Amino acid sequence: MSYNWNWGVFLQPSASGDDTYLGWLFTGLKWTISLSLSAWVIALIVGSIIGVLRTVPNRWLSGFATGYVELFRNIPLLVQLFIWYFVLPELLPVELGNAFKQSNPLWQQFFCAMLCLGLFTSARVAEQVRSGIESLPKGQKNAGLAMGFTLPQVYRHVLMPMAYRIIMPPLTSEFLNIFKNSAVATTIGLIELSRQAQQLVDYTAQPYEAFIAVTVMYLLINVTVMFLMRRLEEKVRVPGFVGGK
Amino acid sequence: MYEMDWSSIPGALPLLFKGLLITFEVTITAIVVGIVWGTVLAITRIGPNKILAKLAAGYVNLFRSVPLVMVILWFYLIVPQGLKAIFGDDIGDIRLTSALVAFALFEAAYYSEIIRAGIQSVPRGQVSAGLALGMTQGQTMRLILLPQAFRNMTPLLLTQAIILFQDTSLVYVIGLSDFFGTAYKVGDRDGRLVELLLFAGAIYFVISFSASLLVKRLQARFVK
Repeated sequence: MSYNWNWGVFLQPSASGDDTYLGWLFTGLKWTISLSLSAWVIALIVGSIIGVLRTVPNRWLSGFATGYVELFRNIPLLVQLFIWYFVLPELLPVELGNAFKQSNPLWQQFFCAMLCLGLFTSARVAEQVRSGIESLPKGQKNAGLAMGFTLPQVYRHVLMPMAYRIIMPPLTSEFLNIFKNSAVATTIGLIELSRQAQQLVDYTAQPYEAFIAVTVMYLLINVTVMFLMRRLEEKVRVPGFVGGK
Repeated sequence: MYEMDWSSIPGALPLLFKGLLITFEVTITAIVVGIVWGTVLAITRIGPNKILAKLAAGYVNLFRSVPLVMVILWFYLIVPQGLKAIFGDDIGDIRLTSALVAFALFEAAYYSEIIRAGIQSVPRGQVSAGLALGMTQGQTMRLILLPQAFRNMTPLLLTQAIILFQDTSLVYVIGLSDFFGTAYKVGDRDGRLVELLLFAGAIYFVISFSASLLVKRLQARFVK
């Protein structure tokens, strides 16, 4: 096996002419990061709501939340993404569907991937939020109610602040997962990191350099997120609880 | 409004079933190899040899930090080259082989973390007891620690298997016709992508959901 290593390839002007191949990689990095962060916002908000609903003393609400979690957890991410991207525009009212299909393709891909990744992760976040709330002693809720708080107030002022601090470590790993899962968006053509790796293979015929560079970028994302989250975890850790001081 | 037309599914069932078999083949290979290789990695990682332990940790951390899509693409690049070097140019379709290797090695990293936690959850006294009875380190591991560890972590291993089953759909990126790949191709061919994608989603849901119910029942029996 003889392979001609050529790391200089990244500095060559790209096929589109106005950029280098290194520039392509950074474009990919930019899309991966913006996709993951925006999906994470959706995941946190929706996941918190669903997680809380799973613990409320109302059979309909908790039943709905359970169904939501099971639905999103038992269908592969790729299938969900294709359903958002290919099926949903067809099921929308015709004008809306057409308007969507006529919009900028990049925007379509980004929007679908963000929604898909956000809701997919929200089901996992919801499970963490639920287990965080359930790990609190029952007395906390009762104490809140006895103080005259309404149930929503108990959640807002007593349960949630504790629950979030307790579930920081599992949330960190979900946050790392969202960056990795964002690579699935390559299948609908979004030019995130993995897509750029494949594009570079097609245009430069230097597969190893391209793959190594992209893998290193994912590792860097991982290390950075890990570093930042560890510091945050240390700050919010609850003394006396698992992982606490 | 879009009009559903499910008529292209019955005729495609044999094809879809063949795809499902590929999905199961990848899943089961990855479970078996993943657990065996994962056990080796876990034992190495908590073992006495510092250098080997570092290597095992590096392996696990590397695979766990890279997206599965990239891992599949990597192995689709490496495996054919490797096979060509050994068997010459006539190697046929290597997509399945690449996928099998990729999933087995990738899942091993995840399984090894579960197994390591399982081994470490067995009380220390068990090791001392084994050694006090005159067993060697290896015997203690094999006869005392691993049976208890595996019993404790069976639900987690099964849950990971369900996740793995869903993840195999990602072989789409190298064009392998597993269940999802077949469903997509049939839908594309007949212009019935909407129906086929919904159908595929429903099948994945039914299989994963029933499997997870089974795991829950099993877990209830174990906890008792």
